[in-house]
Amino acid sequence: MAKRIDVTDLDIYYGAFKAVEGVTFSVEPRSVTALIGPSGCGKSTVLRTLNRMHEVIPGAYADGSVLLDGEDVYGSDVDPVNVRRTIGMVFQRPNPFPTMSIKDNVLAGLKLQSGRRPKSEMETVVERSLRGANLWDEVKDRLDRPGASLSGGQQQRLCIARAIAVEPQVLLMDEPCSALDPISTLAIEDLIEELKERYTIVIVTHNMQQAARVSDTTAFFNLAGVGKPGRLIEIAATQVMFSNPTQQATEDYISGRFG
Amino acid sequence: MSTTLEPPGTPAPPVPHPGIKGAAVRRGDRLFVGLSRGAGVLILVTMAAIAVFLIWKSIPGLQANTANFFTTAEWFPDQKPSVFGIAALTFGTLMTAGIAMLLAVPVGVGIALFIAHYASRRLASTLGFVTDLLAAVPSIIFGMWGIQYLTPHLVGLGQWLNDYLGFIPLFANEAGIYSRSILNAGIVLAIMILPTISAITREVFVQTPRAHIEAALALGATRWEMVRMAIFPFSRPGMISASMLGLGRALGETIAVALMLSATYDINIHITQPGGITFASNIALKWNEAGTIGLSALVASGLVLFVITLAVNMAARLVIARRAEFSGAN
Repeated sequence: MAKRIDVTDLDIYYGAFKAVEGVTFSVEPRSVTALIGPSGCGKSTVLRTLNRMHEVIPGAYADGSVLLDGEDVYGSDVDPVNVRRTIGMVFQRPNPFPTMSIKDNVLAGLKLQSGRRPKSEMETVVERSLRGANLWDEVKDRLDRPGASLSGGQQQRLCIARAIAVEPQVLLMDEPCSALDPISTLAIEDLIEELKERYTIVIVTHNMQQAARVSDTTAFFNLAGVGKPGRLIEIAATQVMFSNPTQQATEDYISGRFG
Repeated sequence: MSTTLEPPGTPAPPVPHPGIKGAAVRRGDRLFVGLSRGAGVLILVTMAAIAVFLIWKSIPGLQANTANFFTTAEWFPDQKPSVFGIAALTFGTLMTAGIAMLLAVPVGVGIALFIAHYASRRLASTLGFVTDLLAAVPSIIFGMWGIQYLTPHLVGLGQWLNDYLGFIPLFANEAGIYSRSILNAGIVLAIMILPTISAITREVFVQTPRAHIEAALALGATRWEMVRMAIFPFSRPGMISASMLGLGRALGETIAVALMLSATYDINIHITQPGGITFASNIALKWNEAGTIGLSALVASGLVLFVITLAVNMAARLVIARRAEFSGAN
């Protein structure tokens, strides 16, 4: 199910502006990789290039290679729509479809891929996905209520359920907890721990403790200055990164002596 | 050390603190509340005044009428005995407005969608500007253009409908004349309400939150699937109110329809043939030559139009309110 990702020499541009330069790293299947770094260092941009979501922004393009189990995500015969069906994404702000019920939100991606299926199968998927997102017990009696009626943390778990309903190979999370309170954050972190049994997870976070808690590998991004492209400074096992980083910049950032 | 940075002289007197006592009512607040409340009440009073006027003035005509007001398709209110009814008006009005909606809603939504989410930025602003301009063209211009230019060019369409769909009575044309028809009036109305519909739906489309659009795309939606998943549901109430505004204009449009239709007072189900009449155009055409009962009869027909447009608007609001919980406004 889970696949590995190999990024080689990736440059990312927004029009003429080079946002990210020379990024090379690998993500092991069934692991959690955290991307950390100051604002504007390009970590979210890198995350979005993994499923070609950056292409949604006019003028954005990437140069370099992103391989999913050896298959080039940017190959000429690759449909970005299929890439996004294979690599799911969870956003910073919970974004359930407000006009859909909880159930329809979970099924949204599935209906795109295969149209209508037998009702029993749909219900199985809804329950499995909501259980997978640790939300089932809280919403099982109100699956027809609007998704927007849930609390922020529940909405975010609903978005995770929606993403895993289509059984993706990889799950990308762009600061999934930054809009949530500490209790909801804890719920999501526990969930990430469970999800990595089945999925390859890449998470962008501003929260150092979160990176230390949930990730196996940590990548630190930095930029030389405003208007300069972001770079990958260091990537290593999370324990090593937080106890014994090789780069001074990493240590400064992690210990809060930054800037 | 006795050096001081402050210049010598008397220290500034302490500013007296105003304290926390005082009347909780401020004159400005009160004035503003009064003004806004007054403006709100004024709307209600105006609406009520119009309704009262319409009902009051229509009573003499309705009392003098010897025929059924709703089912009669004749209009001789000033005869003795007085005979008139709105059946032909209801048919003509709903038919022209219906044709206009059938044509204008899909095209208007399509234009709005193209401008909001498909066109390049420069093309989008040009197109948006042009559609807004179209809304500013006076209806008399549409009427003249419609009868002088469009009507001769629509003969082919009428013939085609007669040739291929003539087995449906609606499209059959026994007269062989294709001008001044309900179809042509409906087409002109469609062009007139197109900018209203597309301008408002465009505004709503561009307000779709980026988060919803990205949510759909990240699930692997194609552009069109994203539109159906994120943009249409979010914009649904706006699309309905845009259509209703367009319908309101189509129902009430007077001068263009008066020019486009022949002034015969009958129910003509052959929409490609000359004939047909609407509430508004009938009032405009007959007002100047009407007698006392005739005027009252026209006001009565105006009252019906008033009620129809009110009902249309309320229905639209009901549709919107029914799914308010899912609207995305929260």
